[in-house]
Amino acid sequence: MTDVSVFGNVAKDIQTKSILEPDARTRRRNAAEARFRLWGAIAVALGVLALVGLLASIFSNGLSSFRQTYVTLDVFLDPAKLDKDGSRDPASIAKVSTFGYTPLIEKALAEAMAAKGISVDGMNAKAASELISKEAPASLRNHVIANPSEIGETVSFDLLASGRIDGYYKGRVTMESAALDRNTSPEQLQLAERLKEAGILTTRFNWDFFTAPDASDTRPEASGLGVAILGSAYMMLIVLVLSLPLGVAASIYLEEFAPQNRFTDLIEVNIANLAAVPSIVFGILGLAVFINFAGLPQSAPIVGGLVLTLMTLPTIIIATRAALKAVPPSIRDAALGVGASKMQSIFHHVLPLAMPGILTGTIIGLAQALGETAPLLLIGMVAFVREYPAGPPDGFFDPASALPVQVYNWTQRGDPAFVERASGAIIVLLVFLILMNLIAIILRRRFERRW
Amino acid sequence: MNMSGMTTAITPTPKVAAMNETKVSARDVQVYYGDKHAIRDVNIEIRSRTVTAFIGPSGCGKSTFLRCINRMNDTIASCRVEGNISIDSENIYDPKVDPVQLRAKVGMVFQKPNPFPKSIFENVAYGPRIHGLAAKKSDLDDIVASALQKAGLWNEVKDRLDSPGTGLSGGQQQRLCIARAVAVSPEVILMDEPCSALDPIATAKVEELIHELRENFTIVIVTHSMQQAARVSQRTAMFHLGNLVEENDTDKMFTNPDDQRTQDYIMGRFG
Repeated sequence: MTDVSVFGNVAKDIQTKSILEPDARTRRRNAAEARFRLWGAIAVALGVLALVGLLASIFSNGLSSFRQTYVTLDVFLDPAKLDKDGSRDPASIAKVSTFGYTPLIEKALAEAMAAKGISVDGMNAKAASELISKEAPASLRNHVIANPSEIGETVSFDLLASGRIDGYYKGRVTMESAALDRNTSPEQLQLAERLKEAGILTTRFNWDFFTAPDASDTRPEASGLGVAILGSAYMMLIVLVLSLPLGVAASIYLEEFAPQNRFTDLIEVNIANLAAVPSIVFGILGLAVFINFAGLPQSAPIVGGLVLTLMTLPTIIIATRAALKAVPPSIRDAALGVGASKMQSIFHHVLPLAMPGILTGTIIGLAQALGETAPLLLIGMVAFVREYPAGPPDGFFDPASALPVQVYNWTQRGDPAFVERASGAIIVLLVFLILMNLIAIILRRRFERRW
Repeated sequence: MNMSGMTTAITPTPKVAAMNETKVSARDVQVYYGDKHAIRDVNIEIRSRTVTAFIGPSGCGKSTFLRCINRMNDTIASCRVEGNISIDSENIYDPKVDPVQLRAKVGMVFQKPNPFPKSIFENVAYGPRIHGLAAKKSDLDDIVASALQKAGLWNEVKDRLDSPGTGLSGGQQQRLCIARAVAVSPEVILMDEPCSALDPIATAKVEELIHELRENFTIVIVTHSMQQAARVSQRTAMFHLGNLVEENDTDKMFTNPDDQRTQDYIMGRFG
């Protein structure tokens, strides 16, 4: 009796309330929703801020590495010094070391300064020639050995300016810092200014950054990403060729054919766990199995590729299985219903429909592998490599570097010019990652079908 | 004496059994999903070139039993079938039978239209292609055209065979699925609530089609609509809680059923 009356009162209460005025409960609900939205917006804003900060710091440090300062000189390739017996035989030319080329450059610089009427007080020819990178004689020598017929002629060369002079034009070196610096002096910077006015010293786009190999600590201006890009490309090739077919085959078997029992459950759990294993563990595995046991060479893209394949496989398997699961069972039924075998139904119908998911997973896995550093350190890819690896497949066994390892490597070096190089390498790496993600998006759009 | 008449007489009769002969016969069929006993002791004779409707409340096992006839239940890991189902006196659960070959003989149309996300032509051509029914491209074209004609879809799609099958309307998609089933020249066509996702106009077209297909095929249709069963079928089987309650001529079933449960179900007292 009382229950009925209470219920009756509540019902009456609700009925009499106007909907034009929200009641306390509704107001509380709305307030809670507003709070949640605010937190969400704050979280997104923080994320965007962090990203902008990251990109800003990388770009402000790294963009300058895409420009480089060069000194253009007409160098007389003196036969008396470079080819004493006059045979033009590359073997005898090669006997002249880089020290033999330094005087030629000094002389060329002095002549160029004299021609333009540039002189700096208190500077001898040796100090003036320090404007030019220590790499310059070596590149001059390589050119002469490759073109012995040019000996005796005067050839125009774009020689790298030294790292400090380059840094002066990038704002890294100032007159004040130069006064305290053992490697340069304010006088050298003044000379550089004059050379620039005379058009001998120029700053332009740095293609060598993408093609040149790494360089030693004392010549950051000569260092480039050539070997690292090649090494990373080789490894990505190995990872793609091995992990896509293996991963897709394993997923199809597990998802469509394998019996559901404890053993396959165990495999499933292990694949999920493998995806979460710290990457350095894979490096130790690679060191133990591929280098110590199988005897593959250290620092080689083949070992890096194999290790990264192991790392990428779980990602591809998980993505592929999810993509296969997402194909509606009605498509399988339809194929089986007209008398297709299980394999036909999978390869003719399910797999094409799962393709966008598989490709997206694969490219995300590859992108992860491209950025992976830790396992590569353990298999010796951190080594200083100046020789380009040969073309594939032989090059897979030659020592090489990798993009992220090159970044790590450069950040370890003393000269601040390498900080700029490392940031530049990060930009290159990010561009590759963005490109790969773009490809993933395009492929997904391309293969996407409605059902 | 007419020579042409003679010729017709000695031509071997096509392998289409006469009407009312038993095509599919089930003996003591039991189906288990794990521990659940889903179908109990079903015995039924399905007649050739007849439409047999399976009716009954949801979960009564009619779809399960239908899927036993082309062994689609094999794809469900936990499903176990006991007993004997034979088509033309051949036990389809004999270990020697390859279910893939069986399914070419017993086609199926599903509840939701499920065309492949390919062109209309490819949808119909897929079956004949995997069974090697066409030696030449022109043969395949003929098979596709004739299947689409039999499914009453030819006039609507003949100018756009290359457009995607999924772009058709729901009713057209379902008729495309029927054409796909017909294209491999099955002897039996199973239909699992083929009209449940269609509007009344599309339903009417499919029903008309079923009526025409009866000339050449043995059809078994599961339906929730009593009216549909009454309209399209000659024989009706009523399932309840995994049991076959009654099987009879459709006319008798809907006017004077033998079993009280059938009477109650048809009158809408349960289900």
